[in-house]
Amino acid sequence: MSNMIIDKDGVRRYVVSITVNGDEYTKMVKSNTLLVNFLRDALDLTGTKKGCELGDCGSCTVLLDGKTPINSCLMLAVEADGREFITVEGVASHEKLDHIQEKFIEHGALQCGYCTPGMILSAKALLTRNPKPTEHEVREAIAGNLCRCTGYINIIKAIMDASGQEIPM
Amino acid sequence: MYLPDFEYYAPDSIAEACKLLSQFGPRAKVLAGGTDLIAKMKNEVLKPEILISIKKLDQMKKIEYVPGKGVVIGARSTHNDLVNSKVLNEKYLSISEAAHQMAANQVRNAGTVGGNISNAVPSADLPPIFIALNAAVKVTGVKGERSLALEDVFAGPGKTNLTQDEIITEVIIPDQKMTGSNYIKFGLRGAGALAVVGVAVAVQVENNVIKDARVALGAVAATPVRAKKTEEFLKGKKVSDEVLAEAGVIASGECKPISDVRASAEYRTDMVRVFTKRALRAAIDKGHV
Ligand SMILES: Cc1cc2nc3c(=O)[nH]c(=O)nc-3n(C[C@H](O)[C@H](O)[C@H](O)COP(=O)(O)OP(=O)(O)OC[C@H]3O[C@@H](n4cnc5c(N)ncnc54)[C@H](O)[C@@H]3O)c2cc1C
Ligand code: FES
Ligand code: FES
Repeated sequence: MSNMIIDKDGVRRYVVSITVNGDEYTKMVKSNTLLVNFLRDALDLTGTKKGCELGDCGSCTVLLDGKTPINSCLMLAVEADGREFITVEGVASHEKLDHIQEKFIEHGALQCGYCTPGMILSAKALLTRNPKPTEHEVREAIAGNLCRCTGYINIIKAIMDASGQEIPM
Repeated sequence: MYLPDFEYYAPDSIAEACKLLSQFGPRAKVLAGGTDLIAKMKNEVLKPEILISIKKLDQMKKIEYVPGKGVVIGARSTHNDLVNSKVLNEKYLSISEAAHQMAANQVRNAGTVGGNISNAVPSADLPPIFIALNAAVKVTGVKGERSLALEDVFAGPGKTNLTQDEIITEVIIPDQKMTGSNYIKFGLRGAGALAVVGVAVAVQVENNVIKDARVALGAVAATPVRAKKTEEFLKGKKVSDEVLAEAGVIASGECKPISDVRASAEYRTDMVRVFTKRALRAAIDKGHV
């Protein structure tokens, strides 16, 4: 690969340019740096959480190309070279919270908050793709986001409300 | 959880990828979506020293109908590409439906068709429906291309019949006379659970008579397997609940499941009976492949 150097300790370092929340970052990473650790450690964007680190829990969800939820614990930073991501820090464009975030607060859709960044991003991706989802579609969209606190009900209510539809009982 | 160090390459062509795989030998592995490989490297189940990423090989990311050949699915297509594909929704809705039952949204957006096959995991969800629809895979290696029936790809749990330098580039679903197909995945939860039993069937039914049938079983043998005695039994039979029930009994005799944390061998065997019957009924009734 052309954009690779071997440093004085013999470690291979790869140059990557990754756009996160509209800002492009060009950095040197090791082959084994995971996207989640790149976001948290190199960019200090700690809103993206680490739970299982094996693709099961969705705490590390980010939006690839601004719309596609993926688990950043299973993606290498070198694989993310040239791509664009949105993390929870980029959901609200200005000081004002995003509509979905407001609805999460209104419905008490969180307790410890650990799953919340991933939930918000899965919800955001769903409502962007499908502004009026059914309750079933909402449940399916967050099936890859595990919450150990809320029992999901208030999360589903918040997302349905954010879509401007009737809130399920 | 951190990954051990490895060398990383992202070649621009399939030929170059094959060359690298051949040059490095068994120390190298292909990296597609990483949903299986990265997890296995974290758990130290696999310890490749070199990863060859196929992310730049865009010719492997497509789903299209080629007249005279069939539906061609590039190996880099993700599970959600299958779910959302117009071509598949029109021609083989059962494949889209099978992909939809996998994992959860995040993994479906990253995991690929090629990875699902190359893994050679007995419980993988795509091989049964592909086998039922008589799919072939196209593989490319340093010596060139070859094509093999999907069911011939598997050699055992985690083992394929591909050589070290070969990459799966396409899955091809040929034009066919089948009138209906269906995949039933039975897992312990609605999402994010691997199949305890997976049954895929394809049938050609004319005037209520089964002209042809293919039955493929997942998670109940060392590899995905065809239930050939069941297929033979079904051919020429008039559709009836009794015939479908009998087919289920025959299929349960054709599987060789193991007991593991998800289910006992006895339970899996009996579920093959139940789901074969139900999958056949659904394929006959829904009237689409
Ligand atoms: C939380 C979770 C849930 C899951 N649920 C399911 C499920 O419900 N059903 C299911 O079937 N699977 C499931 N999986 C397993 C996995 O996601 C799928 O098998 C997926 O299709 C693997 O594809 P990948 O592109 O991520 O493969 P990778 O991880 O990139 O690769 C897997 C293997 O295939 C090889 N490989 C990849 N592409 C090619 C190619 N084109 N040619 C040759 N070799 C290749 C790699 O070298 C590696 O050995 C799940 C995984 C996770 C983490
Ligand atoms: S931390 Fe990535 S899915 Fe759990
Ligand atoms: S609020 Fe605690 S995990 Fe969801």
